[in-house]
Amino acid sequence: MLELRNITKRFGGVLANDRVDIVVKPGTIHAIVGENGAGKSTAMRIAYGFYTADSGEIIVDGQPRDIKSPHDAIALGIGMVHQHFMLVETMTVAENIVLGAEPGTSLGLDLKSAGAQIRQLSEEFKLAVNPNEPIEHLSVGQQQRVELLKALYRHARLLILDEPTAVLTPLEVEEFFVILRRMREQGKTVIIITHKLSEVLAISDEVTVMRDGKVVGRVQTKDTNAAELARLMVGREVLLRVEKTDAEAGRPQLEVRNLSITDINGTKRVDGVSFEVRSGEIVGIAGVEGNGQTELIEALAGLIDPERISGEINFEGKNLNALGARVRRELGIAHIPEDRHRRGLLLDFTLAENSILGVHYRPPVTAMAGGVFLDENAVQRRASEIIQAFDVRPPNAALPARALSGGNQQKLIIGREYRVDPKLLLVSQPTRGVDIGAIEFIHRQLVGLRDNGCAILLVSAELEEVTSLSDRLLIFHDGRIAGEVNPKVATLEEIGLLMTRGH
Amino acid sequence: MTKLARELLFPLIAVVAAFIVGGVLILLVGDNPIVAYRLLLGSALSWPDGIGYTLFHATPLIFTGLAVLVGFRCGLFNIGAEGQLYIAAFATAWVGITLANRGSWLLIPLCFAAAILTGAFWGAIPGVLKAKFGSHEVINTIMLNFIAIALVSYFTQYHYKVPGDPILQTAPIGPGAYIPHLGRFVPGFPERIPLNIAFILALLCCLLVYLFLWRTKWGYEIRATGSNPFAAQYGGISIRKQIILAMSVSGALAGMVAINEVLGNRHRYYDGFSDNYGFTGIAVALLGRNHPVGVILAALLFAALQHGGIYVDGFSEHVTKDIVQVLQGVIILFVAAEGFFKWALGRRLPWNV
Repeated sequence: MLELRNITKRFGGVLANDRVDIVVKPGTIHAIVGENGAGKSTAMRIAYGFYTADSGEIIVDGQPRDIKSPHDAIALGIGMVHQHFMLVETMTVAENIVLGAEPGTSLGLDLKSAGAQIRQLSEEFKLAVNPNEPIEHLSVGQQQRVELLKALYRHARLLILDEPTAVLTPLEVEEFFVILRRMREQGKTVIIITHKLSEVLAISDEVTVMRDGKVVGRVQTKDTNAAELARLMVGREVLLRVEKTDAEAGRPQLEVRNLSITDINGTKRVDGVSFEVRSGEIVGIAGVEGNGQTELIEALAGLIDPERISGEINFEGKNLNALGARVRRELGIAHIPEDRHRRGLLLDFTLAENSILGVHYRPPVTAMAGGVFLDENAVQRRASEIIQAFDVRPPNAALPARALSGGNQQKLIIGREYRVDPKLLLVSQPTRGVDIGAIEFIHRQLVGLRDNGCAILLVSAELEEVTSLSDRLLIFHDGRIAGEVNPKVATLEEIGLLMTRGH
Repeated sequence: MTKLARELLFPLIAVVAAFIVGGVLILLVGDNPIVAYRLLLGSALSWPDGIGYTLFHATPLIFTGLAVLVGFRCGLFNIGAEGQLYIAAFATAWVGITLANRGSWLLIPLCFAAAILTGAFWGAIPGVLKAKFGSHEVINTIMLNFIAIALVSYFTQYHYKVPGDPILQTAPIGPGAYIPHLGRFVPGFPERIPLNIAFILALLCCLLVYLFLWRTKWGYEIRATGSNPFAAQYGGISIRKQIILAMSVSGALAGMVAINEVLGNRHRYYDGFSDNYGFTGIAVALLGRNHPVGVILAALLFAALQHGGIYVDGFSEHVTKDIVQVLQGVIILFVAAEGFFKWALGRRLPWNV
């Protein structure tokens, strides 16, 4: 169906694709895996005409083709769904789908026939999308199906999907895979770009593995396993399971009693939650995102207006309700936030400046004249300690945080919070958007911190992560704790049911 | 070095582009742009008058440029420097009039304090309103400009004018409050040129603002708030306090214009003295890329244009000093268009290699 031969592409000094060969057979689901920056997206954007290759050939249906723009690609039956949807929120599904390929005369828009066609496509692939619904009323999963329809409406025979599951909940991922399999049955070819190995194994027929702009492996899915793929991706052996001993839990550090949180619109986001976290244990919170976990962590960190909180938050027997974020930090509470760009980093500040956020106002970072001035040497020392201990790359404290990759930004944040020697660590989505190699490292750090006696409250949307790291697991549903399970014995089905049904 | 070059690139483009656009306009009205520009810059750079007056005009622009800069660094848009400097100028004159027969050792510190504290107070008002009620500082600073200007006009007209004086100005301040012209210290530089100690003070303030913003914990907190208030809050920084602090410092800097005007130049409050210093300060801060050194350079440029404009008016046939307004306008337009240029360039750069 599609073949990339010897494709090379440079961006400035960076070799994004280095003599890449990819062969995609018709009627298959082909996964392209690799870490961030491995060149997967670049290769696919070349196939879709977004970029032009410096050298090499693109062969479609056995014929060498010159694809200069997405327009050429669409004409050849190639469609692409981007990681970030390109939909107009206020317009209907049908209007979005025909956008750029409007049916009818140049003046009149014939949405009726388009609507019928969309309905037919939607039924054929069982997408269950109503053409007349405005986009803003659709869930993320449904919006993605609209993107698929957009490609199918343009007669795509080959669909390129860039990280399609990144935005989906576990349940939506399942539904999405059913759709992909149905498309394969109908004779479509699918390329899926991803770095999640479990999904590769679940859905694909063949896998191409990329690393540093090169193709480093081509395997049949049935002949491989996660460990082999991880090794190919990272270039060394990777530990996929978290190795840890049983927790030696001490006294309760954090006690939450009957905690409720309302948002600014007065909606209850967390509803009467009680639990405790003891020193030396990791308590996990699993749940579909948006069920109150974000608000819970922010409330514990002191980032939510106390007026919107009822119930009690106690830390080492001391009531925290009225205390601000600074005081809580001083008491020994550290926080790795779920959104590192919004909360965790000052993107325009240097790594050095970021490394002191939260301790910037007190010794050893300040010095002289009553502690008003920052001690430049102390700041640099702290930054290089963190950069070294957490292998932040590139190791240049003068760079702005914006210049780092997501994984390295996360390592900087974790290093900074680790550095204050916390007694309680609140951590949300610690490995979101982070490469496999770094995930392993971050997991080891969290377990190490636990073994030193820190109490850890962990929120993660990755079920596998939260079950393998936690010593106890709470399941959140609709702002309440739907149940507590022992992660060592609970099955994923059991947890999944609690997450979605709440009982 | 490359970073410095990058920082200088857009301001330079803006200035060059403005001169090209201005040149076309001069051609259209029937004059020779080269002659007009030679007149403009030649008169601004002549010794001693051109340079003396350029530096004198630059002084208030450095203060207001710094004022706007401090606001910007906290994510605030202080459009109220004009009102802040007016109210501060009147307060300074009031102290100078009320304690007219005291000695310099008392009067000068008190007048300085009046300038700084009154400006800070007037700046703090929109800061407090924003911190407590979330009302937008742009609206409130604009409103406070009107209030300040009307208020000081009223007091000048009805309470502090010398009876019979046809000019809307207060009585003179006591001589103990005068600060010396630089001509007294620089050989060959005539004392009649009003360039005074306030210029040195303005340069000193650039250094102080730099140290404050980039070397102290308070500056760190202000910049963190401006860069990402959510991350600042996460780091235990009170955003409300930073807003009030930044607006106060901003107002204090704007208020220091009073030192140049009242203590160093006219020795009284003269109604309408400000040649839009507060608003030009916005352009100065933008062109100076919100850096104290940039503010000095941008203030010098705008001051040179302002001074040179007078000569263009007098000595060329068709071009009037309005050309200066055109140049300033185009510079601001191009500086503001930087985002557009970056976007246009960025589109051709890889966003996910």
